[in-house]
Formats: sequence, C-alpha cells, structure tokens
Amino acid sequence: MMQDQSVLAVEGLRSHFFTRAGVVKAVDGVSLHVARGEILGIAGESGSGKSVTAFSILKLVDPPGRVIAGRVDFGGQDLLSCDEESIRRIRGKRIAMIFQDPMMTLNPLMSIADQMVESIKAHERTTRAAALARCAATLEKVGIPDAARRLLAYPHQFSGGMRQRVAIAIALLHKPDLIIADEPTTALDVTIQGQILHEMRQLCDELGMALIWISHDLAVLGNLCDRINVMYAGRVVEAGRAEDLLERPVHPYTRGLVGSVPGNSRRGQELTQIPGMPPNMLDLPDGCAFRPRCPRSGDECAMEIGVRVLGDGREYRCLHPHLESGK
Amino acid sequence: MLVFILRRLIQSVVVIFLVSILVFIGVFSIGNPADILIPAEASQMERDAAIKSLGLDKPMYEQYFIFLSNAMKGDLGRSFVFNQPTISLITARMPATLELAFCALFLSLVIGIPLGMIAGYKANSLLDRTIMTGSILGFSAPTFWTAILLIMVFAVGLHWLPPSGRGQLGKILGITTSLATWDGIRHLVLPVTSLSLFKISLVTRLTRSGIRETLPMDFVKYARAKGLRKSRIVFVHVFRNVLIPIVTVVGMELGSLIAFGVVTETIYAWPGTGKLLIDSITRLDRPMIVAWLMITVMLFIVINLVVDLSYSLIDPRIRLQRKKS
Repeated sequence: MMQDQSVLAVEGLRSHFFTRAGVVKAVDGVSLHVARGEILGIAGESGSGKSVTAFSILKLVDPPGRVIAGRVDFGGQDLLSCDEESIRRIRGKRIAMIFQDPMMTLNPLMSIADQMVESIKAHERTTRAAALARCAATLEKVGIPDAARRLLAYPHQFSGGMRQRVAIAIALLHKPDLIIADEPTTALDVTIQGQILHEMRQLCDELGMALIWISHDLAVLGNLCDRINVMYAGRVVEAGRAEDLLERPVHPYTRGLVGSVPGNSRRGQELTQIPGMPPNMLDLPDGCAFRPRCPRSGDECAMEIGVRVLGDGREYRCLHPHLESGK
Repeated sequence: MLVFILRRLIQSVVVIFLVSILVFIGVFSIGNPADILIPAEASQMERDAAIKSLGLDKPMYEQYFIFLSNAMKGDLGRSFVFNQPTISLITARMPATLELAFCALFLSLVIGIPLGMIAGYKANSLLDRTIMTGSILGFSAPTFWTAILLIMVFAVGLHWLPPSGRGQLGKILGITTSLATWDGIRHLVLPVTSLSLFKISLVTRLTRSGIRETLPMDFVKYARAKGLRKSRIVFVHVFRNVLIPIVTVVGMELGSLIAFGVVTETIYAWPGTGKLLIDSITRLDRPMIVAWLMITVMLFIVINLVVDLSYSLIDPRIRLQRKKS
C-alpha cells in the first residue's frame, strides 16, 4: 500500500480502549496513505473509528485508549515510536489538526491573538509583533476581514463559521505537510460549509498540502476529495478514487451509504436505508463486522477477510462484492 | 463597568439596612444587659440611673432609630463594658484578625493548589489517594480539636513553639504585624496552621475536581494537537479555567476566616476581633455585638464585590458582558 510520494502512510493501526465493560476495538487494523497535495476522505458512521484513527496518528489517544499496534510513517519516521518531545515538534508544525466543534476547541478565556501566537511560539522563536503580523495575514487568507482588529477578540465573539476559520488559520500558520480535519464542518450550516470546502480545496492546491478530511457525509467528501476510505467498525472496508467509488461502490456497506444520500437517487425514488443498527463495539461479530446487516452475507463471511485489490487504487474487504457493471 | 459597581453599591446599602434591623431584633432577644452589667447589690435608684444612662429605658424601635441616625454619621455606639466607641475598639483589633486570616488564606492557596493539581493530574494514583485521604482528615477534624492538639504537641510536648499570644510586633511598610519579627512568626505558626487546615483541604479538593473537569475538554486536546509544551497547557490553558471556582470559594472563605476565626482566636488567646466578640456576647455588650456584626456584613459585601470584579479579569465573557450593560 505504501507509495513513494506518500506524505503519510499508516500500516495496520490498532487502537483499543480498555474500558470496564470490555475492550473496544475502535481502530482495528487500519491502513491508509495520502500523497502530497492530495485530499483523502475518511467516511463512516459515528463510532466507526474515524476520529480515533486521526488521534492515533498524532499519539493523542487518551486513556483508557491506547495504540497497540501499527506504524505511522511520516517522512521516513515512525510517529508511534517517537518520544513525547519529538512528536510535540511535529504536532501543529508539520501535521496540524482541525477539530469538529469550533465552539469547544478554542479556549474561551484566551484571546484569538494569544491562541494563535502561542502556536507559533511553540515551534519557533520570534517576537510577538512578528508573530501577530503573521497571524493577521493568515486570518486574511482564510477570509476573515479586518484581521488585525479581530485578533484582539475572544472566541465567544465569533460565529461558528468564523471560529472554524480561525481553527483553519491556526492549522495553516506553519504551512504543514498535512492537515487532519475531523468533521470540521459538521457543526456549521450548509452555506458556510460550502464556502469552507471550496476554500480548503483552493488552499491545498495553492500550498501543496495533503489533507485528510473526516466526515460522515459522503456528499461532502465526494465534492472535496481525491480519494475516499470508507470505515466500518474500526476497519477500512473500501477505498478508492472518490468519483469512481461513489459511482460504483463495491462493498455492500458503501453501496448502502451511497444509496442513502439524497443527491444520488432519482426524484420521487425512496431513499434506501441500511437495515439494522451500528454494531456494538464491545461485541463485534467475527469476520466481517457488517455481516449481520448485510443482504448478501453468508456463513463464510464469519472468516477473517483480507484486502482485495480491484485496480485503479480500489480496494475492499468483502466476499460478495457488487462487481457486476452499473448500479 | 461603572454602572455595575454603582448598582452593586446601591444593593449593598439595602442589604446593610435590612441586616441592621435583623441584628437589632436578634440582640434584643438574647437578654437584658442590665441584669449582667449592674451589680446585684445596687439599689433600685442606682439601677434606674444606670439603665437611663445606657439608654435602655427607651422602647426598642426608639433605640433602633437612635442607633440608625448615629450610624449614618459613622458612629456605631459606645461599648457598655469599655465605655469607648465600638468602632475604635474593633479597628484596634482588626489587624490581628486580618493577619491571621490572610496568612491562613495564603497558606491554603500555596499548599492547596499544587496538591490539587498533582492529585488531579495523577488521578487514582497512590499519590492522589494519599492527598485525598489527607484532605478528608483536614476536612473533618474540628478546629478546636486540632488547635488543642497542635498546642499539646508543639508547645507543651516539644517546646518548639509558644502556645498562645501574639508575640513581638514590628513594622513592614508601615503596617504593624507579627510577621516582622521572628518571635511574632513563631507565635503565628500554630494558629495559622490550625485555621488553614480546613481551607487547605477545601482548596485541594476544589482544584483537583476543577482539573478533572477541564482535562477532558476539547480545547485541552486541541492545545496538545497544536504542539504546545505541557507546561503551557497546564499553567495557562487548564489553570485559568480551574481558577474561576477557586476564586469564588476563596472569596467566601476569606470572609468566614475573618469573621469566624473566633474559635482559633479564643484557644490561642489571639487578641483579634473574634475574641472581642465572644467576650462581648458573654457580657451582653449590645453595641459591641451590633457594631461587630455590621462591620462583618460590610466586610462580606466588599469581598464579594472584589470577587465579582476579579471574575471579569479572568473571564472575558463576563468582562465584555458588563461593558455592554
């Protein structure tokens, strides 16, 4: 799976949560890679392990969770075996993160200026004046007008969309190699979401950054991403080029997801629904975790299913894929 | 901001007025000071003369209005026992009380906050459990008991520290205090320790729970994702958020330290206002009690105002809201 031009390559990542009720295998053997200037989407329901994957890459999984296996290759260095100080130097500087809820991620008691300047000073020695000038310039870049004045404000004086722009600006401060965005537009309304998606796409092209965009919204990912990984119960069940994957989903779960997006069905046609409930992460079925909800499953699906390769980067984990042409 | 302070001051005047009525009624219902102040062998004529000179012959409402009109002029009456203005009696003893209270407060913050932060960060570790168990002890042991125990051990048993009194005084920046001399500090150690034991436990537990509440918040994880150093996350991001509940409680506790150091002051024969109050109650020195209570109420009002103002220093949301109003 590892490719030469990859900025980041994750191999066999496993992050488990050791709770009182039992072990939750939140991430259970995830492999993914993202190249320079590429936008990778990670799709899946809540609890499918998308966010934990993102946190694992930067060693930000909190107890009782722990990364128990895997390799995160970033510029030839395995991040998972880094000590705390080396990973700190990478966080925010070379790999930046944007979180889901802009309301909760900025410290309510500190001004925007303080929170931006501290991100710069964590990695570079500069004067406050120089840092402030850079902050203002970056804010302008993400579409916040009158940035020098807005820097003095506090998070509660910004709207949700503006706050997320601030978070994006903080991520851009060091022109990182990779930004990981964990459902950054979920808390925003649709028009703002559209603007931010458009701007992110432009920024990536302009700066040559790689971007991992996590979302449960396939329509958003389809518009934004080059490639999409679909996750289910801690595993990547299907991966491929965005357009191709949405056009011809191979895995029954992906097919279910695509079918439930309004834009993909004809007018008047009822939206399809994936039957059943998301799996209980404490008690996953053997083999394919989607088996109990899958219309095509049989007894053989209880076996461990390896990754199958289809060509043009398409990979999937299924014994009964939709390989017939057309939908 | 000015409007806010002004509104608070007007509210305070109403509160002080209401409290003065309650205090007056309360003090009247304790008993008649004439029975205690006038010797039993005095003749009826002497009795009447004494009652008249103390103003006790007038009905309660009239006494209240006399008190009120004097109070407006800044005169809270004369002590029956000392025959001196009550205010000067209280202010003469206030420095001793304030000294004790502020030292105890300082100790509770300087010891309580670090202990609480350690306990919060190392939650459920052996260290955390030791600190928490210790704080339960500090919480539950009554002041009079720990005070006596401390005297037993360090004064009577080991002869390390003096058992009572205030010791030699000196001047620091023009303020008379026992902190200026070694002898004074030695006299301070035991009363301050026994007074602060409870507060240390309180601040420790408060800090710990604040840390536990703040750590799982998204902005802490986000601060880590920005690559901030741990010291910056702990002392700037987390600590600021923990500070708000601490300021609230410490403000209230400072008032209670000043007003209710009575037990400690009595046991250590500390010449402060608390001891003055107890003495006045046993002698039914009405003006003394009333004046003490009025001053205490004002003290609480001032402290609460300071606490409210310091919120806006810490939390911009409050600061800006007030600016608008």
